Amino acid sequence: MSRTYVGMPAFPRAAAQATGDATLRANLRRATHTIRARRAQAVAELTDWEELRAAAAAIKDRTLRHLDHYLTRLEENVTRAGGTVHWAADADEANRIVTGLVRATGESEVVKVKSMTTQETGLNTALEKAGIRAYETDLAELIVQLADDLPSHILVPAIHRGRGEIRDIFRDRMGDWGRPAPEGLTDRPADLAEAARLHLREKFLAAKVGISGANFLVAETGTAVVVESEGNGRMCLTLPETLISVVGIEKVVPAWRDLEVFLQLLPRSSTAERMNPYTSLWTGTTDDDGPRAFHLVLLDNGRTDALADHVGRQALRCIRCSACLNVCPVYERAGGHAYGSPYPGPIGAILTPQLRGPASALEESLPFASTLCGACYEVCPVAIDIPEVLLHLRERVAEGGEVTVRGVRTRVRPAKRRSVERAAMGAAGWTFDHPWALRRAQRLAGRARRLRPRRLPGPLGAWTDSRELPEVPAESFRDWWSRTRGNAG
Amino acid sequence: MSGGTSRERVLGRVRRALADVPRYERPHDHLVPRDYRLAHGTRTPAEAAALLAANLTDYRAVVHRTEAAGLPALVARLLGRRGARRVVVPPGLPDDCLAKELLAAAAVEVVGDSPALTARALDGVDSVVTGCALAIAETGTVVLDAGPGQGRRALTLVPDHHVCVVRVPDQVVDSVPQALARLAPHRPLTWISGPSATSDIELDRVEGVHGPRTLEVVLVEGSGPR
Repeated sequence: MSRTYVGMPAFPRAAAQATGDATLRANLRRATHTIRARRAQAVAELTDWEELRAAAAAIKDRTLRHLDHYLTRLEENVTRAGGTVHWAADADEANRIVTGLVRATGESEVVKVKSMTTQETGLNTALEKAGIRAYETDLAELIVQLADDLPSHILVPAIHRGRGEIRDIFRDRMGDWGRPAPEGLTDRPADLAEAARLHLREKFLAAKVGISGANFLVAETGTAVVVESEGNGRMCLTLPETLISVVGIEKVVPAWRDLEVFLQLLPRSSTAERMNPYTSLWTGTTDDDGPRAFHLVLLDNGRTDALADHVGRQALRCIRCSACLNVCPVYERAGGHAYGSPYPGPIGAILTPQLRGPASALEESLPFASTLCGACYEVCPVAIDIPEVLLHLRERVAEGGEVTVRGVRTRVRPAKRRSVERAAMGAAGWTFDHPWALRRAQRLAGRARRLRPRRLPGPLGAWTDSRELPEVPAESFRDWWSRTRGNAG
Repeated sequence: MSGGTSRERVLGRVRRALADVPRYERPHDHLVPRDYRLAHGTRTPAEAAALLAANLTDYRAVVHRTEAAGLPALVARLLGRRGARRVVVPPGLPDDCLAKELLAAAAVEVVGDSPALTARALDGVDSVVTGCALAIAETGTVVLDAGPGQGRRALTLVPDHHVCVVRVPDQVVDSVPQALARLAPHRPLTWISGPSATSDIELDRVEGVHGPRTLEVVLVEGSGPR
């Protein structure tokens, strides 16, 4: 029933398939360009954006550098407020814990708020095996679930589907899951939203168990925060008797006050809004208001492995806003599925290989799924230097090196020379095929020429061992030509 | 609680991963530069209220303004225009007399909150009238903290029409940092910025999915009776 990302082909092959799909490319292009412009406008409203960004990065770094301290404080405060904290070292353990908790309630159906962590653990499949049906309630997740599809964007998981396709999916599949779509359903977004409202209403009113993730956990108070738009989050967090939240250990922030930074950065970065329609904050349980039982499942699943990498660690600052996807030229063409995990785009290219370890050709190829144009770093609200981490991971693929896998330090051997060259040449070929990307890469190189290395990183290092790197000109030929048309010296 | 060994395993991995952090470093030794603004600009209370109204309207909430004395009549009119027959009001609704006056002014059945009012029962209620804990001008947000006049979270979630009363100027703050400083973390909080919405279909914003599809915010000037 539910698909997984397991066994996905390496990035170049999956991307080649996707770039051949004209509809997909058109949908993605329209969507990412729309949100890009709106985000820029929302960010420009705040004159202190850079200061907020610096504070956010520092808060996350403080948390990560003392993660054990903040996790135990969080546990203490959630417990004091009436919640129960569970620890899951990996995806299987998280799924076992959740399945056990749902079974203990005697229920065989749960309602779910969109959650990246439960995508990551494959919770729905695990529940299904245990005879428990999980209903996705976020509109895009509903589309994905009904179509037996996979999410392709962090914020808008069905970004690859147009309105006509969504109408067909609703018309053909809603009846299998509950209330069928209304007769004569049109493809107007408002009608499609109304169909989702009617379809899910019954589920919300009957639900005894809700499952969610969380955007933030406050160590100092034990508060969990969920940021959303549709109200399906409020439904799942408020109406059921039991609430189970599965949250990555990196989602903790030290203090209540820290939310003032993230609640300004996140909505503007993700949906380009001053504030998203609904934000729910809850601390344990409250008498006569909301769930009577609250379970918090803290998930590691490779996060501590990323934490052990001094360069890669910064990926754990991510607040899942998806701004980096929306500006990425590679994502725009390849689409989310090519990244083979719930985390697509630039952040996925550095997060997935670190969470999963160097497991397969997919993880090895992901750090090469970039032109290093730097747009992702520029928009990142927590200032993750994605190009820096990409280069670091590429070097490790090429030359081998230390890596922590499930808490155990190991050495990876260098990838076969040929496969690295193929990946690198693939990226270069792509850049040369896309004039604007080349333009951008050249400008970036021009700007950074003072930082020009003597030795190329990664597999290309051998080449520079016996050669000097050529000077990077201040201006590319293309720029010089378009400026002067050859008339100036 | 469960998996005591997993707890130790995860925390052990965290500590090993952080071997590069000097042992003497305390969390606060890693400095956080807070050079951002606590509010974006200085405004008079009237300007803050105007900005709140503009930002709420921008996200498709319907904003009304009234003097305290005109509140019951205005709310009654909003309910009447909506055709609401059954209206839920939480205990301690903004001004003590409002619920009573509402009863008299509008031809509606006022439903009090009680444990018997399940989510399913709430689904048969047309409108909900509440106060709020505070409102944020810069983002166009009303914040509910389940305090008096706001009730349980379900009350403002299941009915399709929410009328929220904000006292101006004392309940209006400029910014998110000011709001957090005034809110109590242990209370269940709901921040509402316009009616429910989605951009999941081609990133085309549609108002009204699962939460109330109509949000009307009434800004009441002058403290009025409390």
